[in-house]
Amino acid sequence: MAGAAIEQLIAHLSKLPGLGPRSSRRAVLHLLKRRETLLVPLLKALTVAAEEVKACGRCGNLDTVDPCAICADPERDDTVICVVEEVADLWALERTHAFKGRYHVLGGILSALDGIGPEDLNIAGLVARAREPAVREIILATSATVDGQTTAHYLTDRLAGLERIVSRLAHGVPIGGELDYLDDGTLSTALKARRPF
Amino acid sequence: MEWRDSGIVLAARRHGETSAVVSLLTERHGRHAGLVRGGAGRRARGVYQPGNEVAAHWRARLVDHLGHFTCELVRARAGPLLDQPLPLAALAAACAVVEAALPERHPYPALHAGLLGLLDALADDERWPETYARWELALLGELGFGLDLTVCAASGATENLIYVSPRSGRAVSGEAGARYRDRLLPLPPFVRDGGTAAAGSEEVAAGLKLTGWFLSRHVFADHGGRAPAARDRFVERLGRASGR
Repeated sequence: MAGAAIEQLIAHLSKLPGLGPRSSRRAVLHLLKRRETLLVPLLKALTVAAEEVKACGRCGNLDTVDPCAICADPERDDTVICVVEEVADLWALERTHAFKGRYHVLGGILSALDGIGPEDLNIAGLVARAREPAVREIILATSATVDGQTTAHYLTDRLAGLERIVSRLAHGVPIGGELDYLDDGTLSTALKARRPF
Repeated sequence: MEWRDSGIVLAARRHGETSAVVSLLTERHGRHAGLVRGGAGRRARGVYQPGNEVAAHWRARLVDHLGHFTCELVRARAGPLLDQPLPLAALAAACAVVEAALPERHPYPALHAGLLGLLDALADDERWPETYARWELALLGELGFGLDLTVCAASGATENLIYVSPRSGRAVSGEAGARYRDRLLPLPPFVRDGGTAAAGSEEVAAGLKLTGWFLSRHVFADHGGRAPAARDRFVERLGRASGR
């Protein structure tokens, strides 16, 4: 139907999250119709990303500079490190504008099923950073899943003895959540973690 | 083909963007996998955490197809344990051991009941480490590798059984095993007595060493004799917690 080059572009786009063959076909058509305003700028942005974006050697965040903008920002709080599983989690926390400390991206979580062990994660880098004199607290922001919390407990063990505060994100009722619709695990955890009001 | 059964989530592997291939230990259909549409999505991911109890509905066109699961959460077992390192490690180990040890689609109702009992113990029984070791012993028995701990393999004695032969899996008395004790596995009393005696941390460690040896030798032989990493981490953490 379309030329080989276009079919190839559709095939590549359909591998992206959220896109299937049909939606990628629509996206390609849209790009080709708006060649100057969309396709060319996208091409330039992709080229820059491919050539310049790299993982920060300090925290694991993605940026065009190393150390990344967050690590290089002198306004940020050096005393707190927030440990996240993936860069997407870092970006999610950044969107909240609630955290002004530093980050550390593990690059995954321990998973017996997927054969991911401690040596596959960026744990040695975290321990080295936690040893720095300025650091006072490590926030473990791993998922509230069995694997996520297993990883958090493992990190707690690895950080023991460094005399740093190790904390984790709270588990409980989400904003807008109605008790009737919450699972009993979340409810019981929220009850356990209640605090004076 | 379709059936309904109660199940315990053992594992959930992401499949595509939002679906998951979920493995359950069901009461009447054994370890059974199925595709759950949306199982890896934000809403459903909490349901498919290892250890959670679900009411499962499986459907497929042919019996040997992977099929689809529709599950409703009956009891969230994992959530309350998330902030308890040792019970959480035990839960992860138990689910990983079942996932790796059991053949698919063969019913093991006693093991299903045993795993539920272990999950109950993890939630509110201080003696859950003993329960875990006994559960692994029962798992060995259900898979056909049960240990004979009632009588001494060498002398026929029924008293002072304190060792197990690593070859035969049979008990050995203190007198008969004295010369070979370096080569024998210790048999802790709580394993032998079936729950009457309270066990210390050393005994629990000995119990896990005993079950671990036979699991590696018989059950995980196809995995190069290596138990799942989650079990290794649990045993290591338990040892550290008891100061060994």
